[in-house]
Amino acid sequence: MPTALRVGLGLWMSAVILGTFLYVPPAQGFAYPEAARIVILPGAETGTSDGFAYPEAARIVIFHVPCSIAALAAYIVSAIYAAGYLRGGRAISDEKSAISAGLGLLFTVLATATGMIFAKIQWGRPWSWDPRQTSILMLMMLYAAYFMLRTAIPSRTARARISAAYSILAALVMPFLLIVLPRIMTSIHPKDTLTGGGGLSPEYWAALMAAAIGYIWLYVWLFRIQVRVAEFVLAARRVRIE
Amino acid sequence: MKTQSPDSIIARTEPGTLRGLACVLRSAVAVLAKDLRCEFRVKQAISAILLFAVTSCIAVSFTLSAYGGNSPVSATLLWIVVYFSAMSGLSRSFVREEDMRTAALLRLSTSPGSVYLGKLAFNWLLVTALQIVAVPLLIVFLGMNVSGWAEFAGVMLAGGLALSAGATTAAAMVSKAATKGAVFAVICFPLLAPALAASIHGSSLAMDPRAIMSAAGDIRILASYCGTLITASLMLFRFIWED
Repeated sequence: MPTALRVGLGLWMSAVILGTFLYVPPAQGFAYPEAARIVILPGAETGTSDGFAYPEAARIVIFHVPCSIAALAAYIVSAIYAAGYLRGGRAISDEKSAISAGLGLLFTVLATATGMIFAKIQWGRPWSWDPRQTSILMLMMLYAAYFMLRTAIPSRTARARISAAYSILAALVMPFLLIVLPRIMTSIHPKDTLTGGGGLSPEYWAALMAAAIGYIWLYVWLFRIQVRVAEFVLAARRVRIE
Repeated sequence: MKTQSPDSIIARTEPGTLRGLACVLRSAVAVLAKDLRCEFRVKQAISAILLFAVTSCIAVSFTLSAYGGNSPVSATLLWIVVYFSAMSGLSRSFVREEDMRTAALLRLSTSPGSVYLGKLAFNWLLVTALQIVAVPLLIVFLGMNVSGWAEFAGVMLAGGLALSAGATTAAAMVSKAATKGAVFAVICFPLLAPALAASIHGSSLAMDPRAIMSAAGDIRILASYCGTLITASLMLFRFIWED
Protein backbone atom coordinates (compact mmCIF):
# COMPACT_ATOMS: atom_id res chain seq x y z
CA MET A 1 0.00 0.00 0.00
CA PRO A 2 1.45 3.38 -0.87
CA THR A 3 3.01 5.31 1.99
CA ALA A 4 0.45 8.08 1.76
CA LEU A 5 -2.42 5.63 2.36
CA ARG A 6 -0.56 3.92 5.20
CA VAL A 7 0.11 7.20 6.94
CA GLY A 8 -3.49 8.17 6.25
CA LEU A 9 -4.68 4.97 7.97
CA GLY A 10 -2.56 5.75 11.00
CA LEU A 11 -3.91 9.29 11.20
CA TRP A 12 -7.50 8.10 10.67
CA MET A 13 -7.37 5.53 13.46
CA SER A 14 -5.66 8.03 15.78
CA ALA A 15 -8.48 10.45 15.08
CA VAL A 16 -11.03 7.72 15.83
CA ILE A 17 -9.35 6.85 19.13
CA LEU A 18 -9.07 10.49 20.18
CA GLY A 19 -12.62 11.17 19.11
CA THR A 20 -13.89 8.23 21.15
CA PHE A 21 -12.72 9.86 24.32
CA LEU A 22 -12.94 13.55 23.54
CA TYR A 23 -15.74 13.95 21.03
CA VAL A 24 -18.25 11.27 21.99
CA PRO A 25 -20.25 12.01 25.14
CA PRO A 26 -20.90 9.24 27.69
CA ALA A 27 -23.74 7.00 26.55
CA GLN A 28 -27.12 7.98 27.93
CA GLY A 29 -29.13 4.83 27.62
CA PHE A 30 -30.95 2.29 25.53
CA ALA A 31 -33.85 3.21 23.33
CA TYR A 32 -36.00 0.53 24.92
CA PRO A 33 -35.08 0.24 28.61
CA GLU A 34 -37.34 -2.78 29.06
CA ALA A 35 -35.27 -4.68 26.54
CA ALA A 36 -32.21 -4.11 28.68
CA ARG A 37 -33.77 -6.02 31.54
CA ILE A 38 -31.94 -9.28 32.02
CA VAL A 39 -34.12 -12.38 32.01
CA ILE A 40 -32.22 -15.63 32.21
CA LEU A 41 -34.95 -18.00 33.27
CA PRO A 42 -38.61 -17.01 33.50
CA GLY A 43 -39.18 -15.70 36.97
CA ALA A 44 -35.52 -15.20 37.86
CA GLU A 45 -34.64 -11.69 36.79
CA THR A 46 -31.13 -10.83 37.82
CA GLY A 47 -31.47 -7.11 37.61
CA THR A 48 -32.45 -4.24 35.40
CA SER A 49 -30.17 -1.96 33.55
CA ASP A 50 -32.10 1.07 32.49
CA GLY A 51 -29.19 2.47 30.62
CA PHE A 52 -25.53 1.68 30.49
CA ALA A 53 -23.99 0.60 33.80
CA TYR A 54 -20.84 2.60 33.16
CA PRO A 55 -21.65 5.14 30.45
CA GLU A 56 -17.98 5.99 30.00
CA ALA A 57 -17.07 2.35 29.40
CA ALA A 58 -19.76 1.89 26.77
CA ARG A 59 -17.32 3.51 24.34
CA ILE A 60 -15.90 0.06 23.66
CA VAL A 61 -18.94 -0.43 21.43
CA ILE A 62 -17.25 1.92 18.96
CA PHE A 63 -14.54 -0.71 18.48
CA HIS A 64 -16.66 -3.82 19.04
CA VAL A 65 -19.24 -3.35 16.29
CA PRO A 66 -16.81 -2.27 13.54
CA CYS A 67 -14.72 -5.39 14.22
CA SER A 68 -17.68 -7.57 13.40
CA ILE A 69 -18.49 -5.46 10.33
CA ALA A 70 -14.92 -5.95 9.09
CA ALA A 71 -15.13 -9.68 9.85
CA LEU A 72 -18.32 -10.02 7.82
CA ALA A 73 -16.79 -8.14 4.91
CA ALA A 74 -13.72 -10.40 5.06
CA TYR A 75 -15.83 -13.56 5.01
CA ILE A 76 -17.86 -12.38 2.04
CA VAL A 77 -14.65 -11.50 0.16
CA SER A 78 -13.37 -14.99 0.99
CA ALA A 79 -16.47 -16.57 -0.52
CA ILE A 80 -16.18 -14.42 -3.64
CA TYR A 81 -12.56 -15.48 -4.21
CA ALA A 82 -13.59 -19.09 -3.52
CA ALA A 83 -16.20 -18.86 -6.28
CA GLY A 84 -13.54 -17.31 -8.50
CA TYR A 85 -11.26 -20.26 -7.83
CA LEU A 86 -13.97 -22.78 -8.68
CA ARG A 87 -14.59 -21.02 -11.99
CA GLY A 88 -11.01 -20.24 -13.00
CA GLY A 89 -8.78 -22.69 -11.17
CA ARG A 90 -6.00 -20.17 -10.48
CA ALA A 91 -4.11 -21.03 -7.30
CA ILE A 92 -3.81 -17.38 -6.25
CA SER A 93 -7.60 -17.14 -5.91
CA ASP A 94 -7.54 -20.00 -3.43
CA GLU A 95 -4.72 -18.30 -1.49
CA LYS A 96 -6.68 -15.04 -1.42
CA SER A 97 -9.76 -16.86 -0.14
CA ALA A 98 -7.77 -18.43 2.69
CA ILE A 99 -6.04 -15.13 3.58
CA SER A 100 -9.35 -13.30 3.72
CA ALA A 101 -10.87 -16.03 5.90
CA GLY A 102 -7.89 -15.77 8.25
CA LEU A 103 -8.28 -12.01 8.59
CA GLY A 104 -12.00 -12.47 9.14
CA LEU A 105 -11.22 -14.92 11.92
CA LEU A 106 -8.86 -12.38 13.48
CA PHE A 107 -11.54 -9.69 13.49
CA THR A 108 -14.11 -12.15 14.83
CA VAL A 109 -11.84 -13.01 17.76
CA LEU A 110 -11.36 -9.30 18.45
CA ALA A 111 -15.11 -8.70 18.28
CA THR A 112 -15.77 -11.55 20.69
CA ALA A 113 -13.10 -10.34 23.11
CA THR A 114 -14.34 -6.74 23.15
CA GLY A 115 -17.91 -8.02 23.48
CA MET A 116 -16.91 -10.09 26.50
CA ILE A 117 -15.24 -7.07 28.12
CA PHE A 118 -18.41 -5.04 27.52
CA ALA A 119 -20.62 -7.83 28.88
CA LYS A 120 -18.52 -8.10 32.03
CA ILE A 121 -18.84 -4.35 32.67
CA GLN A 122 -22.49 -4.07 31.70
CA TRP A 123 -24.04 -7.29 32.96
CA GLY A 124 -21.44 -8.62 35.39
CA ARG A 125 -20.63 -11.80 33.46
CA PRO A 126 -18.33 -12.09 30.45
CA TRP A 127 -20.30 -14.94 28.86
CA SER A 128 -23.97 -15.65 29.27
CA TRP A 129 -24.97 -17.55 26.10
CA ASP A 130 -26.86 -14.57 24.85
CA PRO A 131 -27.96 -15.43 21.27
CA ARG A 132 -25.67 -12.83 19.70
CA GLN A 133 -22.73 -14.13 21.71
CA THR A 134 -23.68 -17.69 20.72
CA SER A 135 -23.83 -16.81 17.04
CA ILE A 136 -20.47 -15.01 17.04
CA LEU A 137 -18.95 -18.06 18.74
CA MET A 138 -20.49 -20.33 16.08
CA LEU A 139 -19.09 -18.05 13.38
CA MET A 140 -15.64 -18.34 14.94
CA MET A 141 -15.96 -22.14 15.03
CA LEU A 142 -17.19 -22.16 11.43
CA TYR A 143 -14.02 -20.57 10.14
CA ALA A 144 -11.74 -22.35 12.58
CA ALA A 145 -13.16 -25.54 11.04
CA TYR A 146 -12.29 -24.08 7.62
CA PHE A 147 -8.63 -23.98 8.59
CA MET A 148 -8.80 -27.41 10.17
CA LEU A 149 -10.18 -28.72 6.88
CA ARG A 150 -7.34 -27.07 4.99
CA THR A 151 -4.69 -28.72 7.14
CA ALA A 152 -6.37 -32.13 6.94
CA ILE A 153 -6.29 -32.59 3.16
CA PRO A 154 -2.87 -33.48 1.78
CA SER A 155 -3.44 -32.98 -1.95
CA ARG A 156 -3.08 -29.33 -2.96
CA THR A 157 -5.74 -29.22 -5.69
CA ALA A 158 -8.26 -31.19 -3.60
CA ARG A 159 -7.57 -28.89 -0.66
CA ALA A 160 -8.19 -25.80 -2.76
CA ARG A 161 -11.42 -27.15 -4.28
CA ILE A 162 -12.91 -28.48 -1.08
CA SER A 163 -12.05 -25.45 1.05
CA ALA A 164 -13.47 -23.20 -1.69
CA ALA A 165 -16.74 -25.15 -1.52
CA TYR A 166 -16.70 -24.91 2.28
CA SER A 167 -16.06 -21.16 2.19
CA ILE A 168 -19.11 -20.64 -0.04
CA LEU A 169 -21.27 -22.86 2.17
CA ALA A 170 -20.07 -21.03 5.28
CA ALA A 171 -20.95 -17.66 3.74
CA LEU A 172 -24.44 -19.01 2.98
CA VAL A 173 -24.93 -20.31 6.53
CA MET A 174 -23.77 -16.96 7.99
CA PRO A 175 -27.18 -15.21 7.62
CA PHE A 176 -28.77 -18.10 9.49
CA LEU A 177 -26.26 -17.74 12.29
CA LEU A 178 -26.42 -13.97 12.53
CA ILE A 179 -30.08 -13.19 11.83
CA VAL A 180 -32.14 -16.32 12.41
CA LEU A 181 -30.41 -17.73 15.48
CA PRO A 182 -30.92 -14.64 17.66
CA ARG A 183 -34.60 -14.61 16.75
CA ILE A 184 -35.09 -18.19 17.86
CA MET A 185 -34.17 -17.54 21.44
CA THR A 186 -35.02 -14.73 23.81
CA SER A 187 -32.34 -12.14 23.82
CA ILE A 188 -30.63 -10.04 26.46
CA HIS A 189 -28.58 -8.27 23.83
CA PRO A 190 -29.84 -4.68 23.45
CA LYS A 191 -32.74 -5.10 21.09
CA ASP A 192 -32.22 -3.20 17.86
CA THR A 193 -30.18 -0.53 19.55
CA LEU A 194 -28.22 -0.03 16.38
CA THR A 195 -30.81 -0.67 13.71
CA GLY A 196 -33.57 1.08 15.64
CA GLY A 197 -31.36 4.14 15.56
CA GLY A 198 -32.73 5.39 18.82
CA GLY A 199 -30.29 4.39 21.48
CA LEU A 200 -27.10 6.05 20.36
CA SER A 201 -26.35 9.69 19.95
CA PRO A 202 -25.21 10.99 16.55
CA GLU A 203 -21.65 11.39 17.81
CA TYR A 204 -21.59 7.68 18.61
CA TRP A 205 -22.80 6.93 15.10
CA ALA A 206 -20.10 9.10 13.56
CA ALA A 207 -17.36 7.49 15.63
CA LEU A 208 -18.70 4.01 14.89
CA MET A 209 -18.84 4.53 11.14
CA ALA A 210 -15.38 6.11 11.17
CA ALA A 211 -14.00 3.13 13.08
CA ALA A 212 -15.68 0.76 10.62
CA ILE A 213 -14.02 2.54 7.69
CA GLY A 214 -10.71 2.40 9.57
CA TYR A 215 -11.00 -1.32 10.25
CA ILE A 216 -11.87 -2.13 6.64
CA TRP A 217 -8.93 0.01 5.53
CA LEU A 218 -6.71 -1.97 7.93
CA TYR A 219 -8.12 -5.24 6.56
CA VAL A 220 -7.31 -4.18 2.98
CA TRP A 221 -3.74 -3.33 3.99
CA LEU A 222 -3.15 -6.65 5.80
CA PHE A 223 -4.78 -8.50 2.90
CA ARG A 224 -2.48 -6.93 0.33
CA ILE A 225 0.62 -7.71 2.39
CA GLN A 226 -0.33 -11.36 2.74
CA VAL A 227 -1.33 -11.68 -0.92
CA ARG A 228 2.10 -10.40 -1.94
CA VAL A 229 3.74 -13.04 0.27
CA ALA A 230 1.50 -15.75 -1.21
CA GLU A 231 2.30 -14.68 -4.77
CA PHE A 232 6.01 -14.86 -3.96
CA VAL A 233 5.65 -18.35 -2.46
CA LEU A 234 3.69 -19.56 -5.50
CA ALA A 235 6.24 -18.12 -7.90
CA ALA A 236 9.10 -19.72 -5.95
CA ARG A 237 7.32 -23.05 -6.04
CA ARG A 238 6.87 -22.81 -9.80
CA VAL A 239 10.56 -22.01 -10.27
CA ARG A 240 11.56 -24.97 -8.10
CA ILE A 241 9.41 -27.39 -10.10
CA GLU A 242 10.74 -26.18 -13.44
CA MET B 1 -6.12 -41.19 -11.64
CA LYS B 2 -8.45 -38.41 -12.70
CA THR B 3 -12.07 -39.52 -12.70
CA GLN B 4 -14.80 -37.23 -13.89
CA SER B 5 -18.30 -37.94 -15.08
CA PRO B 6 -18.07 -38.48 -18.85
CA ASP B 7 -19.72 -35.93 -21.08
CA SER B 8 -22.36 -38.48 -22.09
CA ILE B 9 -23.69 -38.59 -18.55
CA ILE B 10 -23.79 -34.81 -18.31
CA ALA B 11 -25.57 -34.71 -21.65
CA ARG B 12 -28.05 -37.31 -20.49
CA THR B 13 -28.92 -35.41 -17.35
CA GLU B 14 -29.95 -32.45 -19.55
CA PRO B 15 -30.25 -29.68 -16.98
CA GLY B 16 -33.43 -27.73 -17.33
CA THR B 17 -35.65 -30.41 -18.83
CA LEU B 18 -38.15 -32.71 -17.19
CA ARG B 19 -36.53 -35.77 -18.75
CA GLY B 20 -33.17 -34.71 -17.35
CA LEU B 21 -34.71 -34.31 -13.91
CA ALA B 22 -36.28 -37.76 -14.14
CA CYS B 23 -32.91 -39.18 -15.13
CA VAL B 24 -31.18 -37.55 -12.17
CA LEU B 25 -33.85 -38.78 -9.76
CA ARG B 26 -33.72 -42.30 -11.16
CA SER B 27 -29.94 -42.37 -10.70
CA ALA B 28 -30.34 -41.02 -7.17
CA VAL B 29 -32.79 -43.82 -6.36
CA ALA B 30 -30.28 -46.30 -7.80
CA VAL B 31 -27.52 -44.91 -5.56
CA LEU B 32 -29.89 -45.12 -2.59
CA ALA B 33 -30.79 -48.72 -3.42
CA LYS B 34 -27.12 -49.65 -3.71
CA ASP B 35 -26.33 -48.08 -0.34
CA LEU B 36 -29.28 -49.79 1.33
CA ARG B 37 -28.31 -53.16 -0.14
CA CYS B 38 -24.70 -52.76 1.04
CA GLU B 39 -25.89 -51.63 4.42
CA PHE B 40 -28.20 -54.59 4.95
CA ARG B 41 -25.37 -56.93 4.08
CA VAL B 42 -22.97 -55.67 6.75
CA LYS B 43 -25.19 -53.50 8.97
CA GLN B 44 -22.10 -51.50 9.87
CA ALA B 45 -23.38 -47.92 10.01
CA ILE B 46 -26.83 -48.68 11.36
CA SER B 47 -25.58 -50.81 14.24
CA ALA B 48 -22.94 -48.23 15.19
CA ILE B 49 -25.51 -45.45 15.18
CA LEU B 50 -28.19 -47.37 17.08
CA LEU B 51 -25.82 -48.70 19.71
CA PHE B 52 -24.39 -45.22 20.24
CA ALA B 53 -27.93 -43.87 20.58
CA VAL B 54 -28.96 -46.52 23.11
CA THR B 55 -25.81 -46.01 25.14
CA SER B 56 -26.14 -42.25 25.26
CA CYS B 57 -29.87 -42.43 26.05
CA ILE B 58 -29.13 -44.61 29.03
CA ALA B 59 -26.17 -42.48 30.07
CA VAL B 60 -28.18 -39.25 30.10
CA SER B 61 -31.24 -40.79 31.70
CA PHE B 62 -29.17 -42.34 34.46
CA THR B 63 -28.85 -39.16 36.49
CA LEU B 64 -31.11 -36.66 34.78
CA SER B 65 -34.46 -38.44 34.91
CA ALA B 66 -35.68 -35.89 37.46
CA TYR B 67 -35.35 -33.18 34.82
CA GLY B 68 -37.32 -35.03 32.17
CA GLY B 69 -40.97 -34.47 31.50
CA ASN B 70 -41.87 -31.37 29.54
CA SER B 71 -38.82 -29.29 30.33
CA PRO B 72 -36.47 -28.04 27.60
CA VAL B 73 -33.84 -30.34 29.11
CA SER B 74 -35.43 -33.42 27.52
CA ALA B 75 -35.58 -31.73 24.10
CA THR B 76 -31.91 -30.80 24.41
CA LEU B 77 -30.90 -34.28 25.53
CA LEU B 78 -32.88 -35.87 22.70
CA TRP B 79 -31.12 -33.76 20.11
CA ILE B 80 -27.71 -34.25 21.72
CA VAL B 81 -28.23 -38.01 21.48
CA VAL B 82 -29.45 -37.77 17.87
CA TYR B 83 -26.71 -35.36 16.84
CA PHE B 84 -23.76 -37.28 18.27
CA SER B 85 -25.05 -40.62 17.08
CA ALA B 86 -25.33 -39.07 13.62
CA MET B 87 -21.78 -37.77 13.90
CA SER B 88 -20.54 -41.24 14.68
CA GLY B 89 -22.29 -42.88 11.74
CA LEU B 90 -23.22 -40.57 8.87
CA SER B 91 -19.76 -40.11 7.41
CA ARG B 92 -19.60 -43.83 6.72
CA SER B 93 -21.39 -43.68 3.38
CA PHE B 94 -18.58 -41.69 1.73
CA VAL B 95 -15.68 -43.05 3.76
CA ARG B 96 -16.70 -46.58 2.80
CA GLU B 97 -16.60 -45.63 -0.87
CA GLU B 98 -13.05 -44.40 -0.51
CA ASP B 99 -11.94 -47.35 1.63
CA MET B 100 -13.51 -50.00 -0.60
CA ARG B 101 -12.09 -48.28 -3.71
CA THR B 102 -15.54 -48.04 -5.29
CA ALA B 103 -15.52 -44.23 -5.38
CA ALA B 104 -13.94 -44.03 -8.82
CA LEU B 105 -16.57 -46.33 -10.30
CA LEU B 106 -19.34 -44.27 -8.71
CA ARG B 107 -17.85 -41.11 -10.18
CA LEU B 108 -17.81 -42.65 -13.63
CA SER B 109 -21.27 -44.16 -13.55
CA THR B 110 -23.50 -41.28 -12.52
CA SER B 111 -23.69 -37.51 -12.22
CA PRO B 112 -22.63 -35.77 -8.98
CA GLY B 113 -26.12 -34.44 -8.30
CA SER B 114 -27.57 -37.96 -8.28
CA VAL B 115 -24.82 -39.17 -5.94
CA TYR B 116 -25.57 -36.34 -3.54
CA LEU B 117 -29.33 -36.90 -3.59
CA GLY B 118 -28.95 -40.67 -3.17
CA LYS B 119 -26.56 -40.32 -0.23
CA LEU B 120 -28.76 -37.60 1.29
CA ALA B 121 -31.78 -39.91 1.17
CA PHE B 122 -29.75 -42.74 2.69
CA ASN B 123 -28.52 -40.55 5.53
CA TRP B 124 -32.02 -39.20 6.15
CA LEU B 125 -33.33 -42.75 6.47
CA LEU B 126 -30.54 -43.52 8.96
CA VAL B 127 -31.35 -40.43 11.03
CA THR B 128 -35.07 -41.23 10.98
CA ALA B 129 -34.37 -44.80 12.12
CA LEU B 130 -32.20 -43.36 14.87
CA GLN B 131 -34.98 -41.02 15.98
CA ILE B 132 -37.52 -43.86 15.96
CA VAL B 133 -35.27 -45.72 18.39
CA ALA B 134 -34.20 -42.75 20.54
CA VAL B 135 -37.61 -41.16 21.18
CA PRO B 136 -39.29 -44.19 22.83
CA LEU B 137 -36.12 -44.90 24.82
CA LEU B 138 -36.10 -41.37 26.21
CA ILE B 139 -39.83 -41.50 26.89
CA VAL B 140 -39.27 -44.59 28.98
CA PHE B 141 -35.95 -43.79 30.65
CA LEU B 142 -35.99 -40.01 30.92
CA GLY B 143 -39.71 -39.65 31.36
CA MET B 144 -39.96 -37.40 28.33
CA ASN B 145 -43.54 -36.36 27.71
CA VAL B 146 -44.77 -35.26 24.29
CA SER B 147 -48.09 -33.43 24.07
CA GLY B 148 -48.25 -32.33 20.41
CA TRP B 149 -47.28 -35.39 18.38
CA ALA B 150 -47.99 -33.92 14.94
CA GLU B 151 -45.76 -30.91 15.53
CA PHE B 152 -43.17 -33.09 17.21
CA ALA B 153 -43.03 -35.44 14.22
CA GLY B 154 -42.76 -32.44 11.90
CA VAL B 155 -39.82 -31.02 13.84
CA MET B 156 -38.14 -34.45 13.93
CA LEU B 157 -38.46 -34.95 10.19
CA ALA B 158 -37.39 -31.44 9.25
CA GLY B 159 -34.54 -31.46 11.75
CA GLY B 160 -33.44 -34.87 10.55
CA LEU B 161 -33.39 -33.65 6.95
CA ALA B 162 -31.34 -30.58 7.92
CA LEU B 163 -28.94 -32.78 9.87
CA SER B 164 -28.50 -35.21 6.95
CA ALA B 165 -28.08 -32.40 4.40
CA GLY B 166 -25.21 -30.81 6.33
CA ALA B 167 -23.68 -34.14 7.29
CA THR B 168 -23.74 -35.50 3.71
CA THR B 169 -21.92 -32.47 2.32
CA ALA B 170 -19.42 -32.50 5.18
CA ALA B 171 -18.86 -36.25 4.76
CA ALA B 172 -18.05 -35.77 1.09
CA MET B 173 -15.57 -33.02 1.97
CA VAL B 174 -13.96 -35.12 4.66
CA SER B 175 -13.70 -38.33 2.63
CA LYS B 176 -10.37 -37.14 1.21
CA ALA B 177 -9.00 -35.89 4.52
CA ALA B 178 -6.49 -37.60 6.75
CA THR B 179 -8.13 -37.81 10.18
CA LYS B 180 -11.70 -38.31 9.08
CA GLY B 181 -13.64 -38.73 12.31
CA ALA B 182 -12.39 -35.67 14.16
CA VAL B 183 -12.55 -33.34 11.17
CA PHE B 184 -16.08 -34.50 10.34
CA ALA B 185 -17.49 -33.67 13.76
CA VAL B 186 -15.67 -30.34 13.93
CA ILE B 187 -16.89 -29.26 10.50
CA CYS B 188 -20.46 -30.38 11.03
CA PHE B 189 -21.12 -28.55 14.26
CA PRO B 190 -20.95 -24.88 13.22
CA LEU B 191 -22.54 -25.70 9.87
CA LEU B 192 -25.50 -27.34 11.62
CA ALA B 193 -25.73 -25.02 14.63
CA PRO B 194 -28.77 -23.03 13.39
CA ALA B 195 -30.60 -26.25 12.49
CA LEU B 196 -29.78 -27.75 15.88
CA ALA B 197 -31.00 -24.67 17.71
CA ALA B 198 -34.23 -24.55 15.71
CA SER B 199 -34.82 -28.30 16.24
CA ILE B 200 -34.26 -28.12 19.99
CA HIS B 201 -36.49 -25.09 20.32
CA GLY B 202 -39.20 -26.62 18.12
CA SER B 203 -39.15 -29.95 19.96
CA SER B 204 -39.43 -28.27 23.34
CA LEU B 205 -42.38 -26.21 22.08
CA ALA B 206 -44.05 -29.30 20.67
CA MET B 207 -43.58 -31.20 23.91
CA ASP B 208 -44.87 -28.48 26.20
CA PRO B 209 -48.66 -28.49 26.57
CA ARG B 210 -48.65 -24.92 27.86
CA ALA B 211 -46.56 -23.46 25.05
CA ILE B 212 -47.87 -20.20 23.60
CA MET B 213 -45.97 -20.37 20.37
CA SER B 214 -46.38 -23.23 17.96
CA ALA B 215 -43.44 -25.14 16.57
CA ALA B 216 -44.46 -24.14 13.04
CA GLY B 217 -42.05 -21.21 13.13
CA ASP B 218 -39.12 -23.50 13.82
CA ILE B 219 -40.27 -25.95 11.15
CA ARG B 220 -40.27 -23.04 8.72
CA ILE B 221 -36.74 -22.08 9.77
CA LEU B 222 -35.62 -25.69 9.31
CA ALA B 223 -37.28 -25.87 5.90
CA SER B 224 -35.54 -22.71 4.70
CA TYR B 225 -32.25 -23.97 6.10
CA CYS B 226 -32.69 -27.29 4.28
CA GLY B 227 -33.56 -25.46 1.07
CA THR B 228 -30.47 -23.28 1.26
CA LEU B 229 -28.11 -26.08 2.17
CA ILE B 230 -29.44 -28.66 -0.31
CA THR B 231 -29.46 -26.17 -3.19
CA ALA B 232 -25.95 -24.94 -2.40
CA SER B 233 -24.69 -28.50 -1.95
CA LEU B 234 -26.19 -29.60 -5.28
CA MET B 235 -24.41 -26.75 -7.01
CA LEU B 236 -21.10 -27.28 -5.20
CA PHE B 237 -21.10 -31.06 -5.09
CA ARG B 238 -19.55 -31.33 -8.52
CA PHE B 239 -16.40 -29.67 -7.16
CA ILE B 240 -16.30 -31.61 -3.92
CA TRP B 241 -16.89 -35.00 -5.48
CA GLU B 242 -14.81 -35.11 -8.61
CA ASP B 243 -11.06 -35.51 -8.76
